[in-house]
Amino acid sequence: MKTLRLGFIPLSDCAVLVAAQEKGLFRRHGLAVELAREASWANVRDKVAVGALDGAQMLAGMPIAATVGVDAVAGPLTTAFSLNLNGNAVTVSRALWEQMAAGDDESTGAALRRVVSERRSAGAARLRFAMVYPFATHNYELRYWMAAAGIDPDEDIDLSVIAPPRMVEAMARGAIDGFCVGEPWGSLAVERGLGRIAVTKYEIWNNSPEKVLAVRQSFAEREPEVHRALLRALLEAAAWCDRDENRPELARLLAEPCYVGAEERLLAGPLCGQLSLGGGEVASLPEFHVFHRYAANFPWTSHAVWLLTQMLRWGQIDAPIDVLAAARRVYRPDLHREAARDLGIAVPAEDLKSEGIHAHEWTLATDRGALRMGRDLFCDGQQFHPERALAYLARSEMRMPAPMLDALAALNS
Amino acid sequence: MEKPIRVLIVDENDGRASLLESGIVAAGFEVVARLIGCADLCDKIGVIQPDVVLIDMECPDRDALEAMSYISRHQPRPTVMTVDRSDSESIRAAVQAGVSAYIVGGLSPERVRPVLEVAIARFNEFQTLRRELESAKSHLEERKVIERAKGILMKSRHLPEDEAFRLLRKVAMDRKVKLAEVAREVVAAAELLL
Repeated sequence: MKTLRLGFIPLSDCAVLVAAQEKGLFRRHGLAVELAREASWANVRDKVAVGALDGAQMLAGMPIAATVGVDAVAGPLTTAFSLNLNGNAVTVSRALWEQMAAGDDESTGAALRRVVSERRSAGAARLRFAMVYPFATHNYELRYWMAAAGIDPDEDIDLSVIAPPRMVEAMARGAIDGFCVGEPWGSLAVERGLGRIAVTKYEIWNNSPEKVLAVRQSFAEREPEVHRALLRALLEAAAWCDRDENRPELARLLAEPCYVGAEERLLAGPLCGQLSLGGGEVASLPEFHVFHRYAANFPWTSHAVWLLTQMLRWGQIDAPIDVLAAARRVYRPDLHREAARDLGIAVPAEDLKSEGIHAHEWTLATDRGALRMGRDLFCDGQQFHPERALAYLARSEMRMPAPMLDALAALNS
Repeated sequence: MEKPIRVLIVDENDGRASLLESGIVAAGFEVVARLIGCADLCDKIGVIQPDVVLIDMECPDRDALEAMSYISRHQPRPTVMTVDRSDSESIRAAVQAGVSAYIVGGLSPERVRPVLEVAIARFNEFQTLRRELESAKSHLEERKVIERAKGILMKSRHLPEDEAFRLLRKVAMDRKVKLAEVAREVVAAAELLL
């Protein structure tokens, strides 16, 4: 038995780690795992960096930010496993929702833009939104959604970081008008009658990457067999989590105080595809939490490329880098394929995938048969081709000075 | 006498916080407030204006506190993490790796002082670096916009380069504003008109 310490944050999407533990899948693959509940993403980052944790659930942007050196604590990290797709939502306060619903707008994004400009003309203070970490997928999807609606997330609103368990309290006090967070915190705001879910991560970008399991690069290199066993256990756990019939049990497991520590029924709704939006409206969203289907666990290098384009777009990376090379340093689909092969699971042969192409389920041919893949549209109808990332970046509204774009183009030719 | 360094303590555990406070006071610092974690921690820090924040590592507000330093509106503060003994081995490694400043539980006054002083010094160093970087960047931006404005004047008024520059400088001097300011207006006007 090899002993491992893995960190997680109490959110619905720590599900795969919890299932691997509770269903004995770590043990089946020769691993004695201690799951460590962590209080903040900064703690997760620091503890993995110094070896207090062997690996952890991380926001998909975190291992990239640490490896390219833009987070406060840097060091090369590796991910060969995507823990889930989707799972977040943007919730707005009841007062803001009333203003948004007062018009006849074509989308919630357009409604928000109207409210933002009405407030500006009236000389009112800027709306305040919160997300959970500077390199969080939440930050990028919230900004993407706003920018797509013509709202500048740096100029038109105030955007700050608040820890997930404080979001509802902050909304109740009137300190924020909206937030983007993982479950169960959006549902809690809805249940307390404080907020209304305005848009889900799924609607902003269908089946988009969310959390990953990251380890230090040195760990992946020094302990390749342990890492591979870990990936096998996680693949089996993810498959278990994804089955509809297991979702009620999953909600029960996650509700335990040592894991998420939230009310079971709050977790069960979205896990079973029923999301309460507020005002008694319930949306049927079978793909709100995706843990395994659609090759969800495959660490697409192109997902890392997209995240890097967002870090550049919003000025978090301000030195020119070779985007594809950076993505390949962190995301290791090759290691994932080895583990999947051990289990006879079909995996994509490619590392890169275009996004914004498929409005319906589609199939991807592999040497082990066809893989069912999900929709991948963006809310603004844009397409993303990872091999033309610079052109994608140049098309978006950016804060980047022209010389930086030239330097980037030279590096990414 | 020099003003004592003002410390803010953020800790959910009141007993531990008061122990920490007596250690800090004994080391010659002033504790301006003791807070438990809360959603408006950053606003409170803005009001209290401490010189350094001591936060329990198990407090979820660490991410909010850290992100304050990304946002220039808020004055960033040096932060020191307090950690229970259980994690002390790994955290000692963290301090050696230069990860961040941490104080391991069981404070003695002799140990508080150097840790806080090092944390503040390192933080100030980092802020100076950041300011220098920002000023270098804005300098580059200014040069770019002046070049563009010069180009616009050369083209629209058929001036040679040195005369275009002199014209910009004259307007700036007459109006007592920075050259880059005038250049920015020229570029903005050109975007509207041309």
